[in-house]
Amino acid sequence: MFNYTFHWNQALKALPQMLDGALVTLQIALLSMIIGMAIAIALTLFRLSGNRLLGGFATAWVEVARNTPALFQIYMAHFGLGNFGIHLSPFVALLVGIAFNNAGYLAENFRGALKAIPETQTRAGRSLGMTSLQAFRLIVMPQMLRVAFLPATNQMVWAILMTSLGVTVGMNTDLAGVTQELNARSFRTFEFFAIAAVIYYVIAKAVTLAARVFAARMFRY
Amino acid sequence: MFNTALSWSDLAFLAQGAGMTLAVTAVSVAAGTVLGILFGVIRFQVGPYWAAPLTFVLDVFRSVPLLIQLVLGNALQAIMKLGWAPFTTSCVVLSLYTAAYCTEIVRGGIDSVPTNTRRAARSLGMSWFQDMRYIVAPLAVRVSLPSWIGLTLGVMKDSALVLWLGLIELLRASQILVTRLQEPLFILLICGAIYFIISLPIARLGGYLEKRWSPND
Repeated sequence: MFNYTFHWNQALKALPQMLDGALVTLQIALLSMIIGMAIAIALTLFRLSGNRLLGGFATAWVEVARNTPALFQIYMAHFGLGNFGIHLSPFVALLVGIAFNNAGYLAENFRGALKAIPETQTRAGRSLGMTSLQAFRLIVMPQMLRVAFLPATNQMVWAILMTSLGVTVGMNTDLAGVTQELNARSFRTFEFFAIAAVIYYVIAKAVTLAARVFAARMFRY
Repeated sequence: MFNTALSWSDLAFLAQGAGMTLAVTAVSVAAGTVLGILFGVIRFQVGPYWAAPLTFVLDVFRSVPLLIQLVLGNALQAIMKLGWAPFTTSCVVLSLYTAAYCTEIVRGGIDSVPTNTRRAARSLGMSWFQDMRYIVAPLAVRVSLPSWIGLTLGVMKDSALVLWLGLIELLRASQILVTRLQEPLFILLICGAIYFIISLPIARLGGYLEKRWSPND
């Protein structure tokens, strides 16, 4: 069945390079998550504000982010923005695409989390003399982030997996990009990508585990 | 004021791409659902201990980027000299990917059926299969259907990645047009609109069913 010799040695020799790529992958995922989280909180505020225009903007963002492929969003950042004379490097385009996607999904998570927080708490805050922004920042948001923490962890794993799409816009420093470059040089596709798959798996599991430990520490009472 | 080199035949080309996207999605979701139901029932039936190998394998499919899975699948079929077309390879990989998620959904659905209800069915003399068919299936479907619709949409969007294997689906078709016409924004917007038009009604249906069928509402 297998008339093929595996050359694992060659692939293992490239392991340090691939691990460097994995660091870039983590970096992009983390950055996109932070940016996405900030935008998602803003979008949630827009939705709560009751302003038609802002609310519509937030809804449009969420619907587009959730109903088109992530790859499309990255293409949009890389090729589409070129129409306006904005030429993003693959790294930035990837970051923008994933952050856009994260913001949409996280905003939806936050909306679900908000349902778990009684309206009366906001009112109690307001009657204590807080402004509505203070009530949101000091009372609602901490609880919202807590409820949304687990879904956000899943989103983080998704972000890590999504970074692999950068290779389609010419990214060559993250894990998938490095692997693709090594593959183009040696044509040992299976070996290189199998090792990349293992690294992705380990990263995903490590992030999930770290989040669980963090949650157990932070959210106990 | 606004003119474009996009012609009707180009739009037909895009529509053909959308057809390919839908075909890949339909095959993968159908095969993935059948496999998912099978794996889900097995996982539930044999218990967490014996199902551990299966759980692990399915977990791998959920923790490795789909792009890498597609490349690996393609390399593997080449190594084994199966001579599969890109369409077949894409469908096989996407089916397994779908099955991995579907298993979780199915297991959750079966889990949600109260044990007492099932015991009652067995006490009435129903066989295991009858219990599954007439008691568990109708109750579990109600719980699982909204997330299954979500999964279908997810697979539809993820199927864009099969362009890496050289299959001309919607996104690849628009990329070809962008290369030829040099109007990236306009063509990508059309492409995005097509994705949006396909998925939004289904997403709305899922939301509606979730609201309609959620217990204690």
